[in-house]
Parts: sequence; C-alpha cells; structure tokens
Amino acid sequence: MSLNDRAAGAPFSFRKKKISVLPLLGLLLLVVALISVSIGAVSIPLSEIVSGSLTDQQMAVLNSIRLPRVLLAVIVGGALAVSGAAMQGLFRNPLADPGLIGIATSAALAVAIVIVLVGPIAGYLGLYALSVAAFAGALVACFVIFRFARLTGTFSVTYMLLTGIAINALSGAGVGFLTYLSDDQQLRTLTFWTMGSLGGALWISVIVAATIIIPSAVILVRNARELNVLLLGESEARYLGVEVERLKRTIVICTALSVGAAISVSGIIGFVGLVVPHLVRLTLGPDHRLLIPASAILGAILLLIADTFARTVVAPAEMPVGILTSMIGGPFFLWLLVRQYSGRFGL
Amino acid sequence: MIDAENIVYSIGGQRILANVYATFKPGEVTAILGPNGAGKSTLLKCLTGDLKPDEGRVLLAGKDLKHFSLTELSRRRAVLSQANPISFPFTAHEIVVMGRNPYSLEKTTASNAEIAEEALNLVDAWHLRDRSYPTLSGGEQQRVQFARVLSQIWGQEGACLFLDEPTSALDLRHQHQLMDLVQKLAVEKKLTVIIVMHDLNLAYHCTDRCFFIREGWIRGGGTSKDLITADTIAEIFDLPMKYAAMRFGMDLAG
Repeated sequence: MSLNDRAAGAPFSFRKKKISVLPLLGLLLLVVALISVSIGAVSIPLSEIVSGSLTDQQMAVLNSIRLPRVLLAVIVGGALAVSGAAMQGLFRNPLADPGLIGIATSAALAVAIVIVLVGPIAGYLGLYALSVAAFAGALVACFVIFRFARLTGTFSVTYMLLTGIAINALSGAGVGFLTYLSDDQQLRTLTFWTMGSLGGALWISVIVAATIIIPSAVILVRNARELNVLLLGESEARYLGVEVERLKRTIVICTALSVGAAISVSGIIGFVGLVVPHLVRLTLGPDHRLLIPASAILGAILLLIADTFARTVVAPAEMPVGILTSMIGGPFFLWLLVRQYSGRFGL
Repeated sequence: MIDAENIVYSIGGQRILANVYATFKPGEVTAILGPNGAGKSTLLKCLTGDLKPDEGRVLLAGKDLKHFSLTELSRRRAVLSQANPISFPFTAHEIVVMGRNPYSLEKTTASNAEIAEEALNLVDAWHLRDRSYPTLSGGEQQRVQFARVLSQIWGQEGACLFLDEPTSALDLRHQHQLMDLVQKLAVEKKLTVIIVMHDLNLAYHCTDRCFFIREGWIRGGGTSKDLITADTIAEIFDLPMKYAAMRFGMDLAG
C-alpha cells in the first residue's frame, strides 16, 4: 500500500465525475436534431424557423414529414440501444444484441404474420396491434433463447448465439414463406419491414412508439443497480438480496416491449443495440445506472445521423436506414470478435 | 450460528446429501473437507439457502432459513462462491461496492464506497481498486471477490460467512493472509465461518473445527487438530496409508 500504488489508480478517477456526461449528450442530441430537421429535399433553414418566416410549403413539410421522422428516429434509436444494453446485462454478455440473437427477427415474423394473414388495420389500433404482435414475437424469442442457452446447466454464450442463428433462420424462412403468399401491396410492406426504414414516419407512429418505449426505458433505468449486481452471477445476486427471477422477468418484458414497439414502426434496424452500449462502456464504464440513459441518448443521436444520411445521400431516392446501420455494424461486430480473441474483450 | 437438521438433497434420483446433521458456532472457523464430488459445495449451497433441501431444514440463529426474506438474509450472511467470470469491465472497487447492495437504500453512496475501500485494503487489493476486473489475475480476482463478501457483512456482528475454496487461486502468502484475516474476524465480530477447502494442511493449521463429508454422509465436528490425522485422511480420501502418512506424519501429529 505505498503512495505509488495510490497514484497509479489516479487516471481512472474521472469516472467519478461522469454523471455530467448526460446533459452534454442531451445537448448534442438537440443540436443534431435541429440540423436534421433543417436538411432534406426541401431546405428549412434554422434561422427561418426561429424568425417564423416559413412558407406554407415549408411549414407543411416540417410538421407532417420532417418532425415526426426526426422524433421517430430519436425514439427508435433510443429504444434499440437501451434494449441492447439491458439484454447484454441480462445475458451477462456484451454480444447479446436483439438483432443478433433473433429477438428482432422473430418480432418481425410476428408482424409479417399479422400483415399477411390478418390484413391491414388502419390507425392507432392497427399500429398498436402490430406492436403487440412484435412484442409477443420478441418475448417468445427471449424465452427460447434463455431455455436453450441454459441447456448445458450454466449459461452458455455459444448456445445463446447458436440459438440466435437458428431463430434467425426460422424467422427468415417464415417471412420468406409469407412473402411468397403475399400480394403486391403486402409485399411492399413486408420488404419495408425486413430492411428497416423510418420512411413511414407519421405522428401516430411517434405517439404509439413513445407511449410504449418511454415507460419501458424508465423501468429499466430504475432496475439498473440490481442489473449491475446480476452481472456477478444469479446466485451471487440472490445472496445480495436481489429477487433475481422478478428482475429477469422485468427486464425481458421491458426489452421485448421496446424492441417490439421499435420494430413495428421501423422494421428491423440492426446493430444499434450492439454498437451503442459498447461505445458507452468504452468511455463511461459498464455501470448500468449510467449506461442505460447514456445509451438511450447516444442511440438516438446515432440513428438520427444515420437516418439523415439515408434520406439525403441518394436523394431524391431514399435508402433504408437498416442497410446503413448493418453496413457499419457488421464490421464493428467482427472487430469485437478480434478483440475477444486477443484476450482484451469488453475493455 | 448455523444448524443443519437432517438435510437430504438429491439430483436426478442420486442422493448427494443423506441425513446431514451439523452445527456451526459463532466465533469459530469450520472447514468442510472431503474428496471431489462428495457434496461439499452442495452442502454449502443448502446452508446458504441457495438450494432448498428435499428434506430437513437449516436454521440461522435458531430460525428456519425459509422464514427469512432475501434482504434479511443478505445482511446476515455472505457467500464467496467459486470463480464466476464477469465479462464487463467493472473496476475492482465497483465490484466490491456491489457487496453493499443490501444497504443501498439506507446508507449513503459515500459511506458504502468507503467501506469498499477498507475491505479492499484488508485483503491487500487496495492498489487494484481502479483496475478493470476482467484484466486481473485469478488470485487478484479472488481477493477482490473476498473483499466484496466482507463489505456485505461489514459491521454486522454475528453474521455468517460462507467461503467455497477461497484460497484456490491464491499464492502462499495471500493464502495465509486470508486465513489469518478470517480467523481474526471470526473472533472479533463473532462470525460463523464455514469454509469448503481442499488444502488439508491449511485446514489443520487455520481452522478451529472440521467436518468430513464422503458420499453424502458427514462426520466430525471435533477440532481440526484432533480430526485431521493420517488415519482419517486415509479413510476419507481412500488414500493408501503410506501417502496419508507422508502428508500427515509425525511432524503434524506431534
């Protein structure tokens, strides 16, 4: 216990002041949102919004296209990142992403079943119905993964990822089969869902998603301290007074709700749930009390940037944002595997 | 004070524990010894309440474990399990603070953080406190986990401490430091300490009492110095007498 030992610990002490990061991230989100609102096919300069000198056309674009889309990107990005962070805590593994382990695809399958077999239901009711379907699909996948990952007695990451592959393949086949059955109109909707896009953003999708996602995220944040303890192991958490079964159930349900709601309005947007919590952990550490809210804001920022690119880069056409996030997320995942191999995983 | 009364536990029809009776007293360090697969860890898990015995009951201070809430239990007994990997980069200090989870609502964050630092200091791991846990060596991780367990019952007189092979990854110096600390705390804080261990030598010198378990049966309860002899070792571990005598020959017995 020499003085040198104490000094050696010093470089890490910045973590103690990291709470102030949240307002900073929030500010950044606001800036990105304002920029994103102003650019697009119809330019809406910020100065004109502030001075109130918008034309009727600009006003219409802002109100019915730009604003809902920006808000939806924020909500969906936040939901995906938060559920990624919570899943990783629950599975005690940083590779658990709702997309990778099949939760997103089975939610999409449930949505596809509703679209093709039930047909279109318009308005709030329809959107909530899709959300509920996606939620059910996500829940079933969570349950199956948990069962299979524990087949060996202890929780196995290999089994978790392999189960994910199986679920992805099955859901893919299911969606494929439904595609084969569907008519032209349904086909377009299905394609939109499997590629992931925020192009269909309407105020009702914003409201439906927000009313499901925000409460779920709040509940997850409130369970953050116990989620930390769960990372010690299930028995250890129980020794420390955590009601493990209740905690796991809460997390699975909230995550499935968020993922389900996000997917029902945007389709499958991959890798946000993997990349964002990782970036946060790299800089702020793994404490869920900070990780979950910081992931929410950073996820919102990143998806908003990605979506702004997606709708402006190939204008006047538009590229599904899910393709963009997968193009970035795929290599990122490979990089994580390399890090794991070099024995510095999760640092 | 822990009493096991007629504990029976089976897995898949096979009896792991058969009618185990044992009493563990406060202020004493008791070792549970026996060959691999004898049911040592299973017994420990039954005593901690992690496993529910098929028959019989476990009493903590005279009250059945079943009647304690998780929170009550978490303040009266702490458990160090065998190595459990953590793949998230928590610092050693953050891990130890988790031991304060049962008190997170009534004690301030600052006081919990301070207790964690003191616990780290006790196990000679204070210098590791800002290191990322997954990068620590096995022995360092074991000491940090031990500090977490200590912080859980910090200041709780008469609590119980369960340790499952706490010295398995430690070098000799730290093995003795840990055992000395355990003995000291047992006396000062009236802790009931129960340790599953393999090192008979360490058990002989550093524990007050011991139980032997073999094929689900338990016996012993006397002082370690009386019970750990070449004869018992040969019998319990199915060891030819010449090896038993080699390990527990004249110098130990005398």
